Amino acid sequence: MGSARLDRRPPQTAPSPRGVRRALVVLERTTKEAIWDCRMCGQCILHSTGLSCPMRCPKNLRNGPCGGTLQDGHCEVVPEMKCVWVSAWEGSRKLPLWRDHMRHVERPVDWRLQGTGSWENLVTGRDKHVPDGWAAAEQRTHV
Amino acid sequence: MNVTIPRSGLHRLLLAGEFVVTAELQTSDSADPASVTQLAETLRGKVDAVNCTDNSAAHTHIAPMAAARLLVEDGLEPVMQLACRDRNRLALQADLLGAAALGVRNVLCMTGDDVSVGDHPEAKPIFDIDAVHLLRIARIMRDEGVYLSGRRLSEPPNFLIGAVENPFAPPLEFRPMRLGTKVEAGAEFVQTQICFNIDKLRLFMARCGELGLLDHVWVLAGVFVASSARGVRYLRDQVPGVDVPDWVIERMEAAAPGREREEGVAVALGLVEQIRQIPGISGIHLMTINHVEAIPRVVEGAGLLPRPAGTTDPVGGIGPIVPV
Repeated sequence: MGSARLDRRPPQTAPSPRGVRRALVVLERTTKEAIWDCRMCGQCILHSTGLSCPMRCPKNLRNGPCGGTLQDGHCEVVPEMKCVWVSAWEGSRKLPLWRDHMRHVERPVDWRLQGTGSWENLVTGRDKHVPDGWAAAEQRTHV
Repeated sequence: MNVTIPRSGLHRLLLAGEFVVTAELQTSDSADPASVTQLAETLRGKVDAVNCTDNSAAHTHIAPMAAARLLVEDGLEPVMQLACRDRNRLALQADLLGAAALGVRNVLCMTGDDVSVGDHPEAKPIFDIDAVHLLRIARIMRDEGVYLSGRRLSEPPNFLIGAVENPFAPPLEFRPMRLGTKVEAGAEFVQTQICFNIDKLRLFMARCGELGLLDHVWVLAGVFVASSARGVRYLRDQVPGVDVPDWVIERMEAAAPGREREEGVAVALGLVEQIRQIPGISGIHLMTINHVEAIPRVVEGAGLLPRPAGTTDPVGGIGPIVPV
């Protein structure tokens, strides 16, 4: 036991938050939940999605919308809700920056970061981690 | 598209600039392989490739990999659909590799309908990754020869990678850019959602042209062959994302009893004729509900027979693809 290979917890860059770091997570959760219905994925891309949280999409799309958007712009899964990605498109048109980000290929979600603070992950770079195969493809396609 | 060695029969025809025809195989709920091969027999020689759906409309059916393998053994070329709804990234990669080993040379990556519209609404929807991720992962496995994790494959899969797109659902202005994202991620061809609204398709294609996408992706327009007014109303009311204009419903309702199937073929033929005039369209993808015998009639009526050689000699069969 004690082998690092068997340790399935998130990497050591994020020991469980205490003190100031704990306060930051609480602050982030409180404000972002209130404003954007944030789901604390720990790898925030709100600025790339017109300030519409992609984790609210019932299909968890990071590159939406899916093909099922109803003709009235609502969600196929939750018809009373406006499609998260219709909001994202509209929101992105109003942003002064990051408008082109809607066209970017967003990376797959690292589900280990669920519930962690994306502010801290941004600073430590933990939210930049991608699997090696993905990194190889990104190097090839992004000129 | 500077690939010169076709990865599949469908790829060979697309490279040759042929107007291709694909069709969706009726789903099977039988453990008897003949249920698949009999359905496919109607399509032999009439279409260039046959789509094997992946639990379409979130209803459980025979596995697409199994159906695709049965087609390969039967000398027909499959397009294996793969949806993110039911599998996480491990299972999806396992299926991509397995399908390639079984002779599948075309894969179609999609997000998939939500479980809530299907026959197991209580199921856990997976959606670990989305269709854009799956496209890139297929590309990583094929072109980099590794799994997403970076672990090396002893022999990478070789297939043509396809995507789906819906030019008819909001946000309409964003749809061409979303196709662009899919092309950047790895899509080489795209099959669209069922098209009744030609004006929307024309706008979509024009915008794709402006974005420079049409030099990088072949677009196959989805065409539905209706068999009844009930069928098209079902599409409009029960299948999310399908834009069914009133004229379609009206024409099907106006058909005399017993003539509905004829009318469905006539509507499809009218659509195919208009679609063929849209610049940049490389082919059609035909779909029906329990009306498979109408597909050969549409292909013939549209003057698209005989199909060119290319997929009839199964390059999609087992073994290496022979360069032309």
